[in-house]
Amino acid sequence: MPLRLLKYAMSREHPAPRFFRACETPKKSYDAVIIGGGGHGLAAAYYLARDHGITNVAVLERGYIGGGNTGRNTTIVRSNYLTPEGVNFYNASVKLFEDLSHDLDLNLFYSTRGHFTLAHTESAMRTMRWRAEVNKHVGVESYVVGPDEISKACPQLDISCSGQAPILGALYHAPGSVARHDAVAWGYARGADHMGVEIFQSTEVTGIDVQGGKVKGVQTNRGYISTNKVLSAVAGFTPRVCKMVDVQTPIIIQPLQACVSEPMKPWLDTILVSGSLHVYVSQSSRGELVMGSSLDPYEVHSTRSSLDFVEGLTTHILDMFPFLSNVKVVRQWAGMADITPDFAPIMGKTPVEGFYLDAGWGTWGFKATPISGKTMAETIANDRAPDLINSFRLSRFEEYELTGEKGAASVGH
Amino acid sequence: MKLLKCPMNGVRPLSEFVFGGEVREMPDPNTCSDKEWATYVHHRNGAPGMKKEWWYHGPSGTWFIAERNTMTDEVARTYLYGQEDKQ
Repeated sequence: MPLRLLKYAMSREHPAPRFFRACETPKKSYDAVIIGGGGHGLAAAYYLARDHGITNVAVLERGYIGGGNTGRNTTIVRSNYLTPEGVNFYNASVKLFEDLSHDLDLNLFYSTRGHFTLAHTESAMRTMRWRAEVNKHVGVESYVVGPDEISKACPQLDISCSGQAPILGALYHAPGSVARHDAVAWGYARGADHMGVEIFQSTEVTGIDVQGGKVKGVQTNRGYISTNKVLSAVAGFTPRVCKMVDVQTPIIIQPLQACVSEPMKPWLDTILVSGSLHVYVSQSSRGELVMGSSLDPYEVHSTRSSLDFVEGLTTHILDMFPFLSNVKVVRQWAGMADITPDFAPIMGKTPVEGFYLDAGWGTWGFKATPISGKTMAETIANDRAPDLINSFRLSRFEEYELTGEKGAASVGH
Repeated sequence: MKLLKCPMNGVRPLSEFVFGGEVREMPDPNTCSDKEWATYVHHRNGAPGMKKEWWYHGPSGTWFIAERNTMTDEVARTYLYGQEDKQ
């Protein structure tokens, strides 16, 4: 590395290395087209090429890669879910994340911090015990701890929460981590690009050509592309894409907001979540506190952020950490979350042959990036969803076999 | 602060209201198929556009209809259920 840097000191030219080719004109046809150049879509492209040898793939991104919910989440990775199906799935994702910097040859700043879900009421404690038992049963390291252990891990936390909502205990989840979210998208993009996948930015899909119940191609602002397989991995745009193929889903869109504080010296080395106070907070490698809250309370297809959100969130942050009263919020933003009734994703095949769905990622999508890419690649390659994602199939709603994960959502939505 | 007009109480801050989802016609459970019923129970029209929605004004306990563009978050009009024509 130092020698490579030295070379630039001697040279008058300092070209930035490109992560992937700047593709502009799509070919007439591809073996598979992926709509959405976020973490999920790019990961699917990467595993299609790496594990299944399908490299004649186009990824179409309306804006720029990683600019949607991949770049708008609060970067938390965890697997302390409520259903065994959910815990197994997210645990497989954590395992992939742990080796991902190595796989992609890119430092993702993956940092295992431990994760506390604070409980302020007896009923919340009951859910924590339930989740701990399910997690242990599946082999995931989660257990219930008392206030003393929480204070030891985070001495700055006011355990009484200003006397408003005293903390009774927490679900501790050892593998809880944070990572650089945009690096995940860029790493997958580079890996996929090296194997031949073509990534088109500023490329919007305007229609999907379905004939006789089968996908034949997609219409884009760069022309028509014929293909038999289309993956929709578009987060908050899922209802719009599904409308193009006339596939019904339960998904509605609600904004989810987040914000960061000004940078501080490192003081918070765990991830803290409080369902009752509607808060999750961790400190990034830049020193900023990354803070999120619950969903905005009604349907809007917009990424506008609001003052109400920052006021509400920071009030609760001050209940937990009164000493932060002089710290400033420097940035806030919103993403469009596609919410399902059971708080589990919708993955796999659809009634339209060749149209695959990776959707319903609501507020829990980033942590699933590697495993969703891997399982969706398998689904596309074999035209059959692997068992790991069977509980997330679209047809579960018609069959009344929901996968209830609301109790494991980071905050009570 | 966002505002919404309650047909009974006039313009009030949005924090006083609760969103009740899109107005949807219930199929007759005695005659519809299982698939139609499951579609009614679970599936939603999630695509953006002008929609008729249920809203609830908490302090006065009033349910009413708002016609709102879910893309721009602009409310065209609000009225009590069944009183659409009187507005």
